[in-house]
Amino acid sequence: MALLACLVDDLDEGFANLVRSEQRVVYSVALRMTRSPSEAEDLTAETFLRAYRALRGYDRSRVLALRPRSWLVTIMLNTWRNSLRDASRRPNLMPSADLPDRHAEDQDVEQAVESAERQRELGRLVGQLPVAQRLAVVLRHVVGLPMAEIAAVLKCPEGTAKSHVSRGLSKLRTLYDAVPPSRECNFAGRREQR
Amino acid sequence: MTVNNHDPLISALRTLSCHPPRSVVDLVFSNWIIISGPVGELYVAFTDHGVNFVRTAESVHRDDAEFLREYRERFGRPLRKATRPPAGLVPALRGRPSRALQLDLRGLTALERDTLEATRRIPAGQTRPYGWLAREIGRPRAVRAVGTALRRNPVPVLIPCHRVTTSTGELGNYVFGADMKKRLLRAEQVNLDEVHELAKNNVYYLGSETTGIVCFPTCSSARRITHQHRRGFRTIDQAIRAGYRPCKQCRPAAAEPA
Repeated sequence: MALLACLVDDLDEGFANLVRSEQRVVYSVALRMTRSPSEAEDLTAETFLRAYRALRGYDRSRVLALRPRSWLVTIMLNTWRNSLRDASRRPNLMPSADLPDRHAEDQDVEQAVESAERQRELGRLVGQLPVAQRLAVVLRHVVGLPMAEIAAVLKCPEGTAKSHVSRGLSKLRTLYDAVPPSRECNFAGRREQR
Repeated sequence: MTVNNHDPLISALRTLSCHPPRSVVDLVFSNWIIISGPVGELYVAFTDHGVNFVRTAESVHRDDAEFLREYRERFGRPLRKATRPPAGLVPALRGRPSRALQLDLRGLTALERDTLEATRRIPAGQTRPYGWLAREIGRPRAVRAVGTALRRNPVPVLIPCHRVTTSTGELGNYVFGADMKKRLLRAEQVNLDEVHELAKNNVYYLGSETTGIVCFPTCSSARRITHQHRRGFRTIDQAIRAGYRPCKQCRPAAAEPA
């Protein structure tokens, strides 16, 4: 892979290419896990810094053997879990709850549901999945990771990873179908159904 | 279950992939530049939070690779060459401290940061003893820790740790060597010969008989005292006993234990 060869060649220059090519994947997953754009941005930057520090200590063969996406996502998840653990020890620094989503729910949505609105709603529903299923669905269907790499991130056999994806997806489908965007245009209607 | 290609849920999930609002390259990479300083060229590195590393070209043997290696060793961040200096750097290096100049002091301890912030307030052309600095940050006994904090100052010249000297009027150590300290102070018009001459006569404070105020010898007020009205003191207590009031600008009372 050209990206990895470039890293071996000149770490800093290769690393800029790595960041450019993988920042979208790392940020997209981080956003789904933290549910906050600013936390996701910090987490993404911290992930790449940690990755850089690790790469400084890797020899050539170890760099060339990397699967960058699952490697970066794994670093991101460890960083995120550490920050959650630290935050629970210092309650005043709890990560902020997902304000944008709550805002969306409180909005009096009488107008037609725009696609941005639907996207936000879908993001909110994804956020309701249990962590392992959420992660599996996001890795598979938001950023399109191959199943083998998803299994590596989840540290489980491929079969288990697949079942996380499919169970997550079917739970999401139930939630999603409860708000059919084309037919039903307001959230008040959905609240009545509950 | 529908086939993936036509599954609206799966197509919708794909749209949740998005670019970060700012380029992560800008957040992760530090920038570096060579710029002319008060006594020769400086290597300066800065992040999106501000300048975080300064080295004289001499100290890295005018070798880019040595500077970059030292930086990565200390900060573990990748670097790229900047095309422009950060805001406020050029005026600061011309002796006009600028509010626009941001310093990135993340990663330092509270004591280190306090020490450096107090050091930053020492005016150009003046010096203060280590003990004064310890008092200024409310840690009068932490003189050694203050010295260590100064030695680890990541941004010398911009945070003028060269203006901190020993209480006996000697220059003391400097991250780039005593000779560079001397050159920096001379470039700011500090009269080192006079300070040395006074110290030889055990004079570390100067009082003015006309104003009744006592200062450090390098204080701008002390430099205005005419020779016939100038009175030297070895300790600030002697000056106070003689009826002198410590200067409010250079605060020499901070140099002695209460």
